[in-house]
Order: sequence, then structure tokens, then C-alpha cells
Amino acid sequence: MQPDNLHNSVVNPQSAPLHAPSAKIKILTGLAGLALWFSLYRQLHNLAGYLAFSLFGLTPGSRLGEAMLFFFYDTPKVLMLLTLIVYGVGVLRSFFTPERTRKILAGKRESVGNVLAALLGIVTPFCSCSAVPLFIGFVTAGIPLGVTFSFLISAPMVNEVALVLLYGLLGWKVAALYLGTGLLIAIVAGWTIGRLQLEHHIEDWVREMHVNASDIPDEKLTWVERLGHGKAAVRDIVGKVWIYVVLGIAVGAGIHGYVPEGFMASIMGKGVWWSVPAAVLIGIPMYSNAAGIVPVVQALLGKGAALGTVLAFMMSVIALSLPEMVILRKVLKPRLIAVFIGVVGIGIMLVGYLFNIII
Amino acid sequence: MEIKVLGPGCTKCHEAEKIMRTVVEEAGVAATIEKVSDFQQIAKHGVFSTPAVVIDGQIKCVGKVPSKAEAMGWLK
Repeated sequence: MQPDNLHNSVVNPQSAPLHAPSAKIKILTGLAGLALWFSLYRQLHNLAGYLAFSLFGLTPGSRLGEAMLFFFYDTPKVLMLLTLIVYGVGVLRSFFTPERTRKILAGKRESVGNVLAALLGIVTPFCSCSAVPLFIGFVTAGIPLGVTFSFLISAPMVNEVALVLLYGLLGWKVAALYLGTGLLIAIVAGWTIGRLQLEHHIEDWVREMHVNASDIPDEKLTWVERLGHGKAAVRDIVGKVWIYVVLGIAVGAGIHGYVPEGFMASIMGKGVWWSVPAAVLIGIPMYSNAAGIVPVVQALLGKGAALGTVLAFMMSVIALSLPEMVILRKVLKPRLIAVFIGVVGIGIMLVGYLFNIII
Repeated sequence: MEIKVLGPGCTKCHEAEKIMRTVVEEAGVAATIEKVSDFQQIAKHGVFSTPAVVIDGQIKCVGKVPSKAEAMGWLK
């Protein structure tokens, strides 16, 4: 944070109760916390080794020893990364609101609109149960159907929890691949749906609706309030997913220690052509969050599963969820929902095959 | 005073409703609180990120659970 921003926040009359000293103290505690975070993060490997081999007296290289080392290292690592990134994204998202995103997208051509919508899907905060009101809001503002879909596909698929877990457990390359291909699917699938001219498959009452541009107050936030958004995001998201992270890593640790190498090769390996579509199909009704699924996925990769298959499975679980379809049915006719599932599913399969071929 | 809490019914919407009820009780103002979960009704208010709070036809906040202090301010 820059000092002039801090100055602004203090001058702003909205933050009257926050005087300069308290804001300064907040910044200092924040910096101290960040320093502590980094020094602790660097020590995690030693700490895990100490816990597994000294405190619990397990033998390095033994099955139980390796499983425990994996668990003691990856759990705090992922939770720490998650806290930091969720905080950062929470602050970043305070700059975006669905109202602002709608304003940006309204009047944009398709293609440019699809790209923008997919990107804005990452940073616009919205609760998943808002999907229907948001859909109505976008469509009635004249945003093309395909552009609206690019947003609705990218928002759940490219999320910070999935990216942090992929980065923490599988490295930055896989996380970047996921980010890139996730965005690409959102852009291309949205564009395709736009080309298919399916506007008449939106429920009639939505199309007939004339929503007058309402006087929604545009909030001006101070920096202290933005940091508060970050804190709220950590409480909200990390508070909800930490248990899945721990459970997922525990299962992953078990697989690491006990499932034989190459076990998954015959089911999810590169040579098995049907594994990609099967992974997508199985993924649709599964409604697990990324937090629980990535650690298991990582362990499976170590046992011979192919990266493309595994990524396709993950994307399908996250981006195509049955509860979301049920809720979207209120505004979309069945045919449009089928097209949506079909187009996104095919996109995910192509990504799966692509990675199985090139990696 | 007529207070409407708009939201399909997820955790956040319930939280927003709870906060409005607590605040109204604490402030001791006469107000009716209505939970609106019908999508058509929500859209008619011009709101598309939920939860949202509408007081006497005026949109007070959208897309978030208001803080107690914030909600208290609207009642005055």
C-alpha cells in the first residue's frame, strides 16, 4: 500500500471514527503479519520433518512416515497460501461490483465482450445463489446472451481457491494452465452460445421484463474498508473450506503412502481414450469444492493418472454443477441448459485431450 | 417503515434478514420486514446482486450483508 492512499482514507469523511494513528497501527500490524507469514512459510519443510520424524518418531522412507510428512507439510502450506491469497483477492474484489461489471459489459460487442466478461468473472464478487438475478440483470441491460454466459462460466471455474490449491500442490505451471484454459473455455463457449442464436430459449418473463436502471448507490470505499473486505473474505472462505483442505490432504496422504505406483494408469492414464469423457460425466453431478478435490487429484497424478484427464475432471466438478443447473432452469428453457452443458462439456473434454497429448 | 430483504435464500440472505430484524428491534422503530425470494420480484426492484436491502422503495445496499452499524444508520 502506498502512503498517499492511506492519506486519502483518513481525509475521507466516511471514515471519521478512524483516526490516523489507528489506521497506521493497522498498516504496521499488517506488515508485521506479512513478515511473520513469510518467515513461517519458509520453515514449513523443516517443521514438517521435525513433527513427523522427531516428535512422532516415524522412520523416514517408511509408508506411514512419508504419508505423515506429506500431511504435515502440505496442510499448513496450503492453508497459509489460501489465507494470504484470499485476503488479497478480497481486497481486489472491493474494486469491482456486479453493477460496475454490468456497466462495463453493456454496449460491448461480442468477442471483445466475451473476453472481458470471462476476465471480469474472476474478480467480480458474487454469491453463487445470485446467478439468476445476475443473469436477469445482464440480459435486461442488453448484454448479449453469449457474453453473459462467458461471465457465468468463468466466475465459478476460475476461482482463487482452486488456483491456490493447484499452485500449492501441483506447482505454478499447472495452476497457470488451469487459469489459461479455464478462461479460454469461458470465452469460446460463451461465444459459441452467442452464435447459436438461442435468445428465444430464455424464459419469456425474463425477455418481457423491462427493468429501469435503478439508483443503486455506488459505494466509495476507503482503504481501511477495503482491507476489511479482505479480512471478511478470509473469515468467510477460509472458514468454510479449511476442513475440506485438511480432509482432502489426509486422503491424499493416504494415497501417497499406500496406493501402489502406477495404480491409476489403467483407469485414468494417457492411453485410456474414454477416461476424459468419463471424467467429465462423473464430474457433473459431483458438487465438491476445489478445496477437497485438488489434494486427491494431486495424489492420483502421482499414481499414474494423466494430467489432462485429471484437469477435465476438476473443471467438470467445479464449472458444471447440478444445483446451479436447477437454479438456472428458472430463467432458461431446458434446451438452452442442454446447450450450455454440452458446449462447456465439449470444451473441457478438448482441454483434457489436449493436455494428455502435449504433456 | 417498510423494509424488504431481497435474496433467493442462501446463508448470506438469511444473515441480512437477521441483522435487519435485530436492528429494528434494538432501535425500537415501527417497521415491517419482508423477505422477498421470488426472482421476478427481485428483478423488478432493479436489483441483480443479492442479498439486497430496500427500505421504503429505496435501495440501501446490494450484494452484501450489511453491518449492524450500517443498517442502524438507515433507520434514522
